[in-house]
Amino acid sequence: MEAGDFQSRLLHVAGVTLQYKTKDHLVTATYRVDFSVFKGDRYVILGPSGCGKSTLLKAVGGYIKPVEGSMSLNGKVISEPGPDRVMVFQEFDQLLPWKTVKENVMFALQASGKLRQSEAAERAMHYIEKVNLARFADRYPHTLSGGMKQRVAIARGMAMEPAILLMDEPFAALDALTRQKMQEELLQLWDDTKFTVLFVTHSIPEAVLIGNRILLLSPHPGRVKAELNSSGIDQLDQSGRKLSDRIHDLLFTDKIEESEEVVP
Amino acid sequence: MREDVPRPEIVYDLQETNYGVVEKPLTFRERMYDNGLARKSLVLLLLICVWEIYAIYLDNPLLFPRFSETIKAFISGIANGIIPERTWFSIKVLLQGYVIGLFCAGLLTAFAITTRIGNDFLETLTATFNPLPAIALLPLAMVWFGLGTASLVFVLVHSVLWAIALNTHSGFQGVSQTLRMVGRNYGLTGPRYVLNILVPAAFPSILTGMKIGWAFAWRTLIAAELVFGVSSGAGGLGWFIYESKNLLEISNVFAGLFSVILIGLIVENFFFRWIETKTVRRWGLQA
Repeated sequence: MEAGDFQSRLLHVAGVTLQYKTKDHLVTATYRVDFSVFKGDRYVILGPSGCGKSTLLKAVGGYIKPVEGSMSLNGKVISEPGPDRVMVFQEFDQLLPWKTVKENVMFALQASGKLRQSEAAERAMHYIEKVNLARFADRYPHTLSGGMKQRVAIARGMAMEPAILLMDEPFAALDALTRQKMQEELLQLWDDTKFTVLFVTHSIPEAVLIGNRILLLSPHPGRVKAELNSSGIDQLDQSGRKLSDRIHDLLFTDKIEESEEVVP
Repeated sequence: MREDVPRPEIVYDLQETNYGVVEKPLTFRERMYDNGLARKSLVLLLLICVWEIYAIYLDNPLLFPRFSETIKAFISGIANGIIPERTWFSIKVLLQGYVIGLFCAGLLTAFAITTRIGNDFLETLTATFNPLPAIALLPLAMVWFGLGTASLVFVLVHSVLWAIALNTHSGFQGVSQTLRMVGRNYGLTGPRYVLNILVPAAFPSILTGMKIGWAFAWRTLIAAELVFGVSSGAGGLGWFIYESKNLLEISNVFAGLFSVILIGLIVENFFFRWIETKTVRRWGLQA
């Protein structure tokens, strides 16, 4: 391993196996997954349902301990949740309903002990403006639409200025038009601040659009199938195939029966 | 077979402004009917009329005094200071028991949600003591604490504690996994986690518990005063009712009952309603 390579590595996941228990089974979600996220990456974890991508993200968040392998952020082993890895969830109920938009963002900054009241208010407003919600700063979450709630969650995550932002299918519960808009806005935000994000999705077009690097996971259990680069445009590569087609083939060709599996 | 008839596309130019009524104030009657207070007052008025008519028909003030008699007794009771004094005595004891019960319930549930053994502890205790009527503990309390406020407070704590603890605990358990993860993400643990995430998120249940606890406390207190009467030279509303019955001042009995109801209504409709509008309604946790 070269020294330069080691330095630019922000998140390093090495041979991570994750298991969780349901009522009747011990389920292996991922098996010996390796990958590294560099600073400024828009790193996408892509795979069909059941490939353990959300579990993997939760493990990076510190909510689940790997049974094998290790994960480190900036050379420090991840052992518990912390404000250096802020998570944006898929669910709309991730905002605290008893706090206004501004208070939600401020809460994150104050609860983690990052900033004091006045500085927190200032930074909160800065990021709320970035997601175009300044007019709604004093509204309570239940008066906002789904897309707006997700914007607040993103603003809250970004205001923390974490080492890495973890996004768990943040746009999956939105309608198609809003989702497209949010994807564009996220890229716009990235252009502004160049934050590092680890983004989980099951949508190939979303992965191609959002990511600069895409990790493909196979299902049951999740294993790394490939790591691809993306320029954000679904263009033809040397072999004359579109990136999305390549991804599709990698994920689905050898396991037709699994892709047709009906989720109960 | 369906034939494809060519149809032109249509685009309208919305220029017209003659909509008729877009917004029109409601009539007085419609607004009154929408007002919960007005509707409830109407119900109350109806009940009072039934009371008055039945009492006149019965014509026996020793069994059932008229509403107007009750009000007269109530007003004179307030004027000569007896009812306010007794009410104040009751409320003072009540608040002591209620606050201590609330505090204990908070400690127990916080302990229960953060540790597994605490959870078992609370579940066992509530299962054991919740079905036990507080008033059944009164004789024991009198042996332990004597004929004083302490015994009353003891049974009050017992009646408040389990209702609030049970509701708070089930509220805590219902807090969504996402919110919990959000809280831990920002480094909240222990008491800060409970206070900043669990308590507000479970507030609708906590409030319900507090309401039930309040009602239980009132009932227990009045019953306890009826049973064990006066303590240390001063009595509460329950004692007032009991005393008036012994003197065959039935209109005073009714006035005492009336005071109990009135305080219940005020606390429910003003105090708890006020908390509700300031919290769960504003947060959209409750319609």
